[in-house]
Amino acid sequence: MNLFLTFFTGDSIFGFGKVLERPEQTLKFYEMKNLLTLSMALLFSVSLFAQESEVITTPDVKKLPSVALKDMDGKSVNTASLGFEGPVVISFWATWCSPCKRELNAIHELYEDWQAETGVNLVAVSIDDTKTAAQVPTYVNGKMWDYLVLMDPNGDFKRAMGVNNVPHTFLIDAEGNIVYSHNNYAPGDEEHLYEEIKKIAKPKAKD
Amino acid sequence: MRKLTLLILLLTGGYKSTLAQLNAGNFTGNAESTFQYLNTDSLIGATQPASKGLLNSYMNVFYTQGHFKAGMRFESYLPRIQGYPATFDGTGLGMRYIGYANDFVDITLGSVYEQFGAGLSLRTYENMGLGYDTQLDGARIKITPKKGLVIKSVYGYLRYAFLDGRIVHSDGLVRGIDGEVHINEVFKSWESRKLDVTFGGSFVSKYQRDVNDALILPENVGCYGGRMRLKYGKVAFDGEYVFKGQDPSEDNKYIYNTGHAAVFNLGYSQKGLGIIFSAKSVDNMSFRADRTKQLQNVLINYLPSLNKTHTYNLVASLYPYATQPVGEMAFQGEVLYTFKKGSKFGGKYGTSLDVNYSAAYRPMRHTSGINPLDSTGVTYKSGLFDLSDSLYWRDFNFNISKKLTKQLNVIVSYFNITLNNDIATVTKEHGFIHANVFVLETGYKINTKQSLRTELQFLFVNKRDSVNVTDPSGQTVSVEKNYPFYYTGSPVPIDKGDWSTVLIEYTINSNWFVSAMDQYNFGNPEKSHRAHHPYLSVGYIRDATRLTVSYGRQRAGLFCVGGVCRPVPASNGLTISFTHSF
Repeated sequence: MNLFLTFFTGDSIFGFGKVLERPEQTLKFYEMKNLLTLSMALLFSVSLFAQESEVITTPDVKKLPSVALKDMDGKSVNTASLGFEGPVVISFWATWCSPCKRELNAIHELYEDWQAETGVNLVAVSIDDTKTAAQVPTYVNGKMWDYLVLMDPNGDFKRAMGVNNVPHTFLIDAEGNIVYSHNNYAPGDEEHLYEEIKKIAKPKAKD
Repeated sequence: MRKLTLLILLLTGGYKSTLAQLNAGNFTGNAESTFQYLNTDSLIGATQPASKGLLNSYMNVFYTQGHFKAGMRFESYLPRIQGYPATFDGTGLGMRYIGYANDFVDITLGSVYEQFGAGLSLRTYENMGLGYDTQLDGARIKITPKKGLVIKSVYGYLRYAFLDGRIVHSDGLVRGIDGEVHINEVFKSWESRKLDVTFGGSFVSKYQRDVNDALILPENVGCYGGRMRLKYGKVAFDGEYVFKGQDPSEDNKYIYNTGHAAVFNLGYSQKGLGIIFSAKSVDNMSFRADRTKQLQNVLINYLPSLNKTHTYNLVASLYPYATQPVGEMAFQGEVLYTFKKGSKFGGKYGTSLDVNYSAAYRPMRHTSGINPLDSTGVTYKSGLFDLSDSLYWRDFNFNISKKLTKQLNVIVSYFNITLNNDIATVTKEHGFIHANVFVLETGYKINTKQSLRTELQFLFVNKRDSVNVTDPSGQTVSVEKNYPFYYTGSPVPIDKGDWSTVLIEYTINSNWFVSAMDQYNFGNPEKSHRAHHPYLSVGYIRDATRLTVSYGRQRAGLFCVGGVCRPVPASNGLTISFTHSF
């Protein structure tokens, strides 16, 4: 990557040098235009590279894996096609995990505003196994959560997402790329998450 | 010049598409490492391992490209950390598979984690944190002819151990098939009905050669059952029943009874209110891929225990309960209610109340008219939900959680636990253990970055009257009234009595936290053993990477994740743990 960049930067300097070797010659208009086009192209390519290099160094350039899960009503849902338009937050939790519940309860209080401002949707993936799975709807409704809740009783999605322990939260952009992830929860983390959501949320079209 | 411009654009464009191609394959995974350096601490019975340092590591890598998938886990125990099962040893590949999946068919060869229904007939499962892995090593085919209709089939050995860096298979072979149909998705006419129906059925069989000279053992043992799930508006019901053929084993002391397991849940939930009632009947249902194995080894199925999974350490890890696979009848009820904001109890921010009760009993075993020594090998008769009044476990608990101000929230909890220690043995003591636990948790948000969390826990174990027990030499003796935690003449206390825990967790910013905990065994019957167990931790978290360094004393007890526990010996020393997801 860096090699590419150096090569092109070097070449561009060389190119400019050539032009400047004969300063007595007036640059013709079309040449000027070409030069401008060239420098624009170079600038564009460099900026592209810069973007690409950022992308490359971020370990999270990956798509959401496809795993067949069920929601609380037993309806099949494929994780690779959740059917939401804007950004999606995927949060792994369990009824026995206190920090997970703290996180999702904290977001619950802000969720309406978040949705209105960014169009974000939250998917709460419960890794409760059959021992506690029946308590999931009890808890979710008891706490009045408005999230899409998916059941992952044998950890298939948890494994596919590389989750070591819960809570673990992922942010997915509209194209299905995982752009951010965070393990653990401490009060205030939800605000950091919201900053990340705002970065990828498209401004809502004003009617 | 134009050519050069074009070339640059092409090259940059071309580069981008190469990247896109590279990204078409998708890698995900995670890594975890735990290092321990432990000291000897005779007061709490902690010993230094011969190698002084201990290291557990593993890394999962999963790859998908289009329809193709592959994955593996490299595991390494150099040597394993304290309390980790002895069946984990060496360095090597502990899990690996390849497969192909499209919308219709999904084929996996290699390590498979699968669950049929609630897992009563089959569940192959892993939890690396606990040292638990019963992967099925073989093949799985999953067919989805229609959305809402799934047929799964598995064939293979279970992972029994990981020794010298290699997977050691179970002696027995496991085969199974399962089908599930969600009526509302499969039939168009049911799509918009209010009643939601799912049916399922499974058949699992194991094969193990009979090498027992004394008995004629069934080499093939079958287990089959059905399940159903109904939902009508706010009411949901699900149930599963499985039957198992004659399966003499070490667990049931080689009897020829058949077995059954059934679990039913009935729930009602609406915004702000959740109610659930569960019932379970289990008899002679230990189902392993090797009839001679015990503990957590080569379990084909999963029998969930019907009780709340507690999270506070004194409640969760001193007297936990696990299903008795040879038999139990259990019940559980839970109500969760949120008082609305602005109501009398709700206050400004709302209040939540959670009440839970669970109990487990011994099944009734009818022996009249049955000769346990006759040629049938059947030693008793039992039925579905035919329970005796012999209590195994009872737990009543509630918690109230309330946000008092914008910064401060409080959770008050009470737990009343009765455990039959002769059945669900957690200490070497006999009889019932009655424990009362009080917990006060507070969370204080200092500002958007900083916060403080505290836990104050007290556990009181009721002193009991004298009781007849069997001492280590096999003699029945009466335990003295004032020494409920001793065998008569036993040199060390068997149960440690009352405990308290103080925990302070300070989040400095989104990256750093420190925590200090002290568990104090103030009620140890032996005064010189009333030890403090201070434990300090510093953690650094950045995105999906987490590093924690801890130092201090940890009491012997059970280390639990999600209700699955492993016993951990007392320790004193340094623990460094690192996790990363990618």
